[in-house]
Amino acid sequence: MCIAVPCQVVEIHGSLAIVEVGGIRREAWLDLLGGVKIGDYVIVHAGYALEKLDAREAEETLHLLREMADEVPDKVPSEGDGER
Amino acid sequence: MEEKRILLSHGSGGLMTRELIEQHLLRQFENPMLSLLNDQAVFPSPSSRLAFTTDSYVIDPIFFPGGDIGRLAVCGTVNDLAMSGAVPLYLSCSLIIEEGFCFSDLEKIIISMKDACLEAGVKIVTGDTKVVNRGGLDKIFINTAGVGSLQDGLHISGHHAQAGDKIIVSGFLGDHEIAILSKRKNLGFITHVVSDSAPLNLVVAPLIQHGLGQYLHAMRDPTRGGLATILNEIAGQSQIGVVIEEDLVPIRDEVKGACEIMGFDPLYLANEGKLVAFVDREKADEILSVIKKTRYGQEARVIGEAVAEPKGVVHLRTAIGGTRILDVLSTEQLPRIC
Amino acid sequence: MKYLDEFRDAAIARQLIERIRHLSADRKVRFMEVCGSHTVAIYKAGIKGFFPDIDLISGPGCPVCVTSTRDIDRIIRLTGMPDTVVTTFGDMIRVPGSCSSLQKEISQGADVRIVYSPADALAVARENPKKRVVFLAVGFETTAPTIAAAVLQAQKEGQENFSILSHHKVIPPAMRALLEGEEVRIDGFICPGHVSIVIGAKPYEFIASEYHLPAVITGFEPVDILQALHMLMMQIKGNRPAVEIQYSRVVKPEGNPLAVQKMEEVFEPSDADWRGLGVIPKSGLAVRKQFERFDAMRQFDLSVEEKPDPPGCQCGLILKGLKKPTECPLFGRSCNPHNPVGPCMVSAEGSCAAAYKYGRG
Repeated sequence: MCIAVPCQVVEIHGSLAIVEVGGIRREAWLDLLGGVKIGDYVIVHAGYALEKLDAREAEETLHLLREMADEVPDKVPSEGDGER
Repeated sequence: MEEKRILLSHGSGGLMTRELIEQHLLRQFENPMLSLLNDQAVFPSPSSRLAFTTDSYVIDPIFFPGGDIGRLAVCGTVNDLAMSGAVPLYLSCSLIIEEGFCFSDLEKIIISMKDACLEAGVKIVTGDTKVVNRGGLDKIFINTAGVGSLQDGLHISGHHAQAGDKIIVSGFLGDHEIAILSKRKNLGFITHVVSDSAPLNLVVAPLIQHGLGQYLHAMRDPTRGGLATILNEIAGQSQIGVVIEEDLVPIRDEVKGACEIMGFDPLYLANEGKLVAFVDREKADEILSVIKKTRYGQEARVIGEAVAEPKGVVHLRTAIGGTRILDVLSTEQLPRIC
Repeated sequence: MKYLDEFRDAAIARQLIERIRHLSADRKVRFMEVCGSHTVAIYKAGIKGFFPDIDLISGPGCPVCVTSTRDIDRIIRLTGMPDTVVTTFGDMIRVPGSCSSLQKEISQGADVRIVYSPADALAVARENPKKRVVFLAVGFETTAPTIAAAVLQAQKEGQENFSILSHHKVIPPAMRALLEGEEVRIDGFICPGHVSIVIGAKPYEFIASEYHLPAVITGFEPVDILQALHMLMMQIKGNRPAVEIQYSRVVKPEGNPLAVQKMEEVFEPSDADWRGLGVIPKSGLAVRKQFERFDAMRQFDLSVEEKPDPPGCQCGLILKGLKKPTECPLFGRSCNPHNPVGPCMVSAEGSCAAAYKYGRG
């Protein structure tokens, strides 16, 4: 229900950060999240950083998924036909 | 010194109107037909078939990264002509200006129109100027109409797409709308994306010169409503189905990023310098390579194809291999939290 | 885009699809995605078509959709107040009340401004000191802390012309109400990822412990959703219902305590009227007394009459997962995104709007 996007912190001015996603920059307030550093990825919702993105967790999830992918032969699923 | 501004009497039809036309419009748009200052332009018919179109331009803000309302007013009408394969020749230009509008801004817009006309190879041959009370409109509205000559043997129409056609887009989608939105203060995001506003006859003319015109079945420029909307229009008009591949649609990271933040879908964003063409599949590679050599078609690519069934429906094959409907834009996109 | 593109990887998606199909082959299962963003993500990626034996149903997780007609009428009433500027997320603009919408009020001159952030609404208040600037506070636990932060900032600045109209709702009581209703058979929940950033995993524990159902807190990219489906199927297969976090790169088991603290500082639990579900105890957030000067409910007279929902509209049953959008007699006929009758068709994340936009054909 809530659009929130991982953005990288590129500047911090007190409780206001400038964050970037895909080259787009905008402001994100840090009132709800402590210890944010430049270079961190944060999840931004409605102009506020809600949480830091844990890079190690992300890598672990992907590593696990890629390992699973390597076990299964690259079988292309037959095309889904949507809910119609 | 106080800035010179448009007054109601500049639209009165009297001396001040004449001054506005002669010193500002004629000076930039100078050409023999316009200089006669008649109520109409008279010219010999350049071909047995003509293309004719009109469009009004009411954009906010009037100056934006990559262009302004003037460039838009020329390119938009040129593009509507070019989508039939016509060679755009003559434009009309009607300015409706709000009382109090700065002459310096008007001058910028007029110069921008002149530059766009030079680039597109068209002339403004007739026009009109009106001034309305302050608050009667927002700064300036422009209407342009255009005439183009159509070579025999060209029958490009939204009704002529065929099952089997390949679908080509001429470059990155969504740049124009994102550039405009980035200037709206309440959205407060910063981007380097600029409007793609461009005359597409520079993309179409080489195709016709290469004898590929007959293989262009349907063409349209995805302005308001974006790619999704015009694909649906053509699918309906031509009674074909359309399948495009999500992965193949060219969209810049900046545009994707802005869409992620706002909750927009880039396939519905407006463009002002892109075309979508349904072309004969046998000639698709050749057409693509000609488009890619043009200034405004370097990022062109094939994004999908027309199919026989289901008629009138556009399907999108998603990056993970799923399929879904790609519907028309039903209401304007607004920045959302959810 | 980092941390988005990786989770849209086609090769990873393919193997997950294979595995889920394998697991779901012997029985039909029914999962509810509570959150409207999940509904849209599922349609947008075309996920439903892969799994004929998995029924994915939308839950009450679109804050716009569950806002009652009466609360919308209050909002409309607010736009008629003198010297008042209403600021809102774009989501609310088209939602119909009993006789109008913000969009209609704007066309008649109401000063309604769309903002991206409650901080931007506070900025509007600063720029318009002679106006009363009200922000429409609609949203779940993801959004409530951001609005709490704006109220705390307004208090710090003494920005007395700023207030909020709180129609906030919280998710876990609604999930409990659904399960207590026992009307709908659900085999597991795809739990909202961004709500859980704030509240963590604990508030969902009752789903596994009391109702013995699997629940997976899930991200919003296609690979996230597929992985969550796989986790749900594995729980069913192993008969070990639990609350798991698929979206571990951003959701911590304990949530975000600072965000919760700010939310609780400004708001207190209140009973809330959910469209379709009715009044659920302690499922809303009201502004605490000490912040009353920032509470539009106390600052304005917003009393409105109770009016029935539009006749024929099945949004209530759809929000409970008892009916599919296509089973509503109005769907696609008198009710479409262009002319919505019920809220599920208005919000981009409403299950009807999503079904109309992505699912027909």
